[in-house]
Amino acid sequence: MSAPGPNGSAPRPSGPDTTGWELPMSRAMRADGAPATLEDYVAAGGYEGLRRALAEFKPEDVTKAVRDSGLRGRGGAGYSTGGKWSTMPLGPDAPHPKYVVCNGDEMEPGSFKDRYLLSRNPHLLIEGMLCAAWAVQADAGYIFLRAQYDEPYANVERALAEAAAAGYLGEHILGSDFSFELFLHESVGRYICGEASAMLNALESQRPNPRARPPHMTGAGLYARPTVVNNVETFCAVPSIVRNGVEWWKGLSTTAEGGTKIYGVAGRVQRPGCVELPMGTTIRELIEVHAGGMQPGYELRAVSPGGASTAFVPAGEIDVAMDFSAMARVQSRMGTGTLVVLDDHTCPVGMTLNMLQFFAQESCGWCTPCREGLQWTAHLLREIEEGRGTLEDLDVLAEHVWFMGSDKTFCDLAPGAMQPLEAVLRLFRDDFVAHIETGSCPYAPRETEEPAATADEADR
Amino acid sequence: MSLTDEERRELEELLPHYPDRRAAADSALRALQRRRRWLSDESLADLGGFLGMSVAELDSLATFANMLFRQPVGRHVVLLCDSFACWSLGYDGLRAEVEAQLGVGMGGTTPDGRFTLLPIVCLGACDRGPAMMVDADLHGPVAAADVGEILKEYA
Repeated sequence: MSAPGPNGSAPRPSGPDTTGWELPMSRAMRADGAPATLEDYVAAGGYEGLRRALAEFKPEDVTKAVRDSGLRGRGGAGYSTGGKWSTMPLGPDAPHPKYVVCNGDEMEPGSFKDRYLLSRNPHLLIEGMLCAAWAVQADAGYIFLRAQYDEPYANVERALAEAAAAGYLGEHILGSDFSFELFLHESVGRYICGEASAMLNALESQRPNPRARPPHMTGAGLYARPTVVNNVETFCAVPSIVRNGVEWWKGLSTTAEGGTKIYGVAGRVQRPGCVELPMGTTIRELIEVHAGGMQPGYELRAVSPGGASTAFVPAGEIDVAMDFSAMARVQSRMGTGTLVVLDDHTCPVGMTLNMLQFFAQESCGWCTPCREGLQWTAHLLREIEEGRGTLEDLDVLAEHVWFMGSDKTFCDLAPGAMQPLEAVLRLFRDDFVAHIETGSCPYAPRETEEPAATADEADR
Repeated sequence: MSLTDEERRELEELLPHYPDRRAAADSALRALQRRRRWLSDESLADLGGFLGMSVAELDSLATFANMLFRQPVGRHVVLLCDSFACWSLGYDGLRAEVEAQLGVGMGGTTPDGRFTLLPIVCLGACDRGPAMMVDADLHGPVAAADVGEILKEYA
């Protein structure tokens, strides 16, 4: 990857009006919770990013703006979006067709932000993919949605039809010489399809094992053609960067990373839900202000900050800013930025067991450490949770954290699974010892109680 | 059994989304399952003929995917989220209630063929946990006391 260029896009005589654009991804969302229609979306400045890109930007200038904005992959990995796009071959000798693929396989436990965007603002995704397609000169795109997203699927399907009828998709978009086709694809299931290269296999109806890299997908991706794969929210961030410029985007955040983020809070809080906020909002503010604090009778012990593959952050560290670099300082990752609280009535061993059972079940089975190791860690956690564990088991678990670390497995599934395990061993050793010494789980069985209203309902 | 005209028409409409017939296999399996509820050996053979693929190739896809059913399922499929957010919000009690109301355990189909109960990983609805789906409908948060009312909607 080449070094980022100087900040700021090309100077313009007069900038666009950015009044009221502080929360660009939720700008067009309707108060009644229904998906924004084309009319809603255009009235809120929708497709102005695309218009500007086609009228004023050369393809490589869109990539440059996105790279200079500092936008990093919102699926959790945090790779530079513009950096990825800049490795796509451009120019008359580039192979065609080229593809843009949206990763909408939101299946990692504790991730629920893409559903929010797809349910409330489907045109934003389409416009973001169009901007990306212009930037890399793609011919076609796929929106890969997980199974069970029936409602988001219907919303996107409707939005695609509206966009095509209005001339935003298809041949000669908005009268330009740019043409782009966009297809919606519904997955037949399994978490591994969310791994970008496995997703391409799934789109080709191959068995969705991850692919070896190199070659990188931007060189040989879908059907061995140059392909860009980005997360739903990543595409959704792009239109306003193109419309309003790099400096504007950078100014939206409270930290150096720029822009806004769809955050979420779930678990025993008063008002669970998703909300767009400046990048770098603290975990404390998310829980205490936006989610209304913990439910009465529940104390916060830790937070799973962005999906089951992110390390728990203890209650004492929640003043950390939720961005990619600050989260590393508390030995975790932002991941998807949708956090789930661990309350004091819930067993941390049991919660981690639940996560490891998920990863063991969803391993594609391709490489040995993941296929065998995840089963074994889940087994040991179950032994401890049910009172049959030994102190030696803790050493074996710690060994597996090393054994399935980064670069020891074919893809990131098992290393991701080890992150909550590493954290729970570090933060909650006393809980493990109590299980082992008393021969049982010290937490009461969880009972179903009247759940809290969701933020959506509370808004109505 | 072979593909009906209507089934064939729907499958033909999928083909332009993909550069070759083989690449349409996942979507074709899903489309045929929607019509036939589950994928029997005969269904795979029908689809194999249409796509130019062997039954074994289609079976390798169908058995890897969790939403392609190779065994009969009921008229309605109940998916109960078992991931950690819903688990911490009362999954165990909800599961016990659903199993009691249906009279079958996880993976079971009611004797009248009305419901099949299956586990599902995170539904991306942690803020609505504990969550479940019946067919294409997401329900959440679901209190144990709501289960009867929800199931009543599905005849």
